[in-house]
Amino acid sequence: MSKSLKRASTGLALLLAAGFAFGANAAFDGGAAEGSASPAEATASETSFGLGRPATEEEIAAWDVDVSPNGDGLPEGSGTVVEGEEIFNAQCAICHGDFGEGRDRWPALSGGEDTLTAMRPVKTIGSYWPYLSTVYDYVHRAMPFGNAQSLSDDEVYALTAYILFLNFIVEDEDFELSKANFTEIEMPNAGGFEPDDRVEEGHYRADADPCMSDCKPEPVVITMRARVLDVTPDSNSEESEVDSSVD
Amino acid sequence: MADRTKERGPDSSRRAILKGGFALGGAALTGLAASRTAIAQTSDPKITELQDWNRYLGVGVDAAPYGMPSQFEKDVVRRNVPWLTADATSSVNFTPLHELDGIITPNGLCFERHHGGVAEIPPQDHRLMVHGMVDEPLVFIMEDMKRFPRENRVYFLECAANSGMEWRGAQLNGCQYTHGMVHCVMYTGTPLRNVLNAAGVKTAGKWLLAEGADASAMTRSIPMEKALDDCLVAWKMNGEALRPEQGYPLRLVVPGWEGNMWIKWLRRLEVGDAPWEQREETSKYTDLLANGVARKFTWAMDVKSVITNPSPQAPITHGKGRTVLTGLAWSGNGTISRVDVSLDGGRNWVEARIDGPSFDKAAHRFYYDFDWDGSELLLQSRAVDSEGFVQPTKNDLRAARGENSIYHNNGIQTWLLKSDGGLENVEVS
Repeated sequence: MSKSLKRASTGLALLLAAGFAFGANAAFDGGAAEGSASPAEATASETSFGLGRPATEEEIAAWDVDVSPNGDGLPEGSGTVVEGEEIFNAQCAICHGDFGEGRDRWPALSGGEDTLTAMRPVKTIGSYWPYLSTVYDYVHRAMPFGNAQSLSDDEVYALTAYILFLNFIVEDEDFELSKANFTEIEMPNAGGFEPDDRVEEGHYRADADPCMSDCKPEPVVITMRARVLDVTPDSNSEESEVDSSVD
Repeated sequence: MADRTKERGPDSSRRAILKGGFALGGAALTGLAASRTAIAQTSDPKITELQDWNRYLGVGVDAAPYGMPSQFEKDVVRRNVPWLTADATSSVNFTPLHELDGIITPNGLCFERHHGGVAEIPPQDHRLMVHGMVDEPLVFIMEDMKRFPRENRVYFLECAANSGMEWRGAQLNGCQYTHGMVHCVMYTGTPLRNVLNAAGVKTAGKWLLAEGADASAMTRSIPMEKALDDCLVAWKMNGEALRPEQGYPLRLVVPGWEGNMWIKWLRRLEVGDAPWEQREETSKYTDLLANGVARKFTWAMDVKSVITNPSPQAPITHGKGRTVLTGLAWSGNGTISRVDVSLDGGRNWVEARIDGPSFDKAAHRFYYDFDWDGSELLLQSRAVDSEGFVQPTKNDLRAARGENSIYHNNGIQTWLLKSDGGLENVEVS
């Protein structure tokens, strides 16, 4: 085990702007845990402890592969729809289907347009995802499932281009996606997200003194029973009709 | 129950009970007063006859270097629901809440949620990198981490999808399945701010990306205020090293916030000026509303409770009379100030008794002791937290969000207690 190199303290006190605008997250109380200094009270004496060693550029480059919506983090490279199709068929279609429709319970990557208000929405890259950067980043870091981080930068560009084609976001099979034109692509549901505003819901904090007696005018009636569905493990049930979102 | 285990073992007797076989002998269904009246009492052979364990030696102190629960508790296990997912390596299992008491979850029963299976990492090979908008990017080994000042904190961890299968209505029979994506343990670690301050966060560094070392390379964006407030980098749970399935050797602790952010096998912390909009905060962990718009960054887990006993997996087998009703309550906003219990589906409520420690953003244990008259009841619990938030009904939530949110279902749970002591997961008007 290598000994860590002793480092001189940077001696920088960390100063935080107070009253950071926190979205609409009423659940955050901003108070430090009891018995610990608040961030604003952090002083040079408790900043470093002389632990750790400097990270090398090569180490950072090896692990820092994340890509942001503005394109930060994109590597040099490019790939076409046609190139992506070949890679997809060889490495992805076995789970995700020839057209990204998803096989069995594996995720669908395409389709689902205009289903977000339907009773059973189909949330795919084309119908739901806000940013193309997430496609590149996620495929690069975590796919193929069981063989992650085996794709080259160019292969990920090609696959991303092909996924755009499968979702009719680009129509030309000769389309080439590259670092240069990456941020020109706008995803269909880019505007489909809003900050957490749960606190605005009427029931959320009606009062801290809820009704205790005679809260409903009529006797309560049962409207649904889980045993009718019968999908609990060990209940001798077969395949369920319910959908789940765990993947 | 004990007298039935001799012939068929605890499992079979439990199954018989779950199927409604409550014939436990004459006194079982009589009330408290009747059972105390000596009606030609026959003697109990468990007392009058010498038992094996009264006579023969048991195993010695060298038999179990790491102890396990009694053989009679072997059905107290995590369970999964195979149809939920395509593959068990990107899936979830469930804590057996109905078998537990107090507020601390035993390490071996803490629910698991992985996206690329359990990474098996030799601690000497693990590294934590801090880089980005910092004065000096750093690398730490595990030995370094254990030289930081330590804190011990008890927190609940709840999956954002806990109770998610119940959005459209009652679906799974048992609080293990409806509420079991939660656990509560004591963590030992160092405040995340110590690690960040060591590298020196620049003024523009308003966000933190945390990443895991497993095959899913799990990433989440965390606002710097939270990172510097009460987050921990932890290497122990309930006094011992993290279990591999809980992130050994190192995990992030994000008190009160959805479990997905508690990055396991933590290997990288990047400081930046904007959120990264990763897969787990765009495709997943965003909450679709009825109008087709989705909420993002719904970090906090709201006030919630569930009655764990009696419940569908834990029927009443003692018949009428004295009955202990118990459950868990928790809130990502702080502590639990009160839990109310209803026996009539929410028409009338009584205040339950909270027992045990009350820690910030930790599970709380409540009890309601009452005499059951054998009639059908609709059991509910409703928690109130220290910020004044009241646990809503499921219908309240559906009215506000629709039925496709998937995540953050903290609605009030109803159990139908039937006169035979069995229970069902139901929805009520």
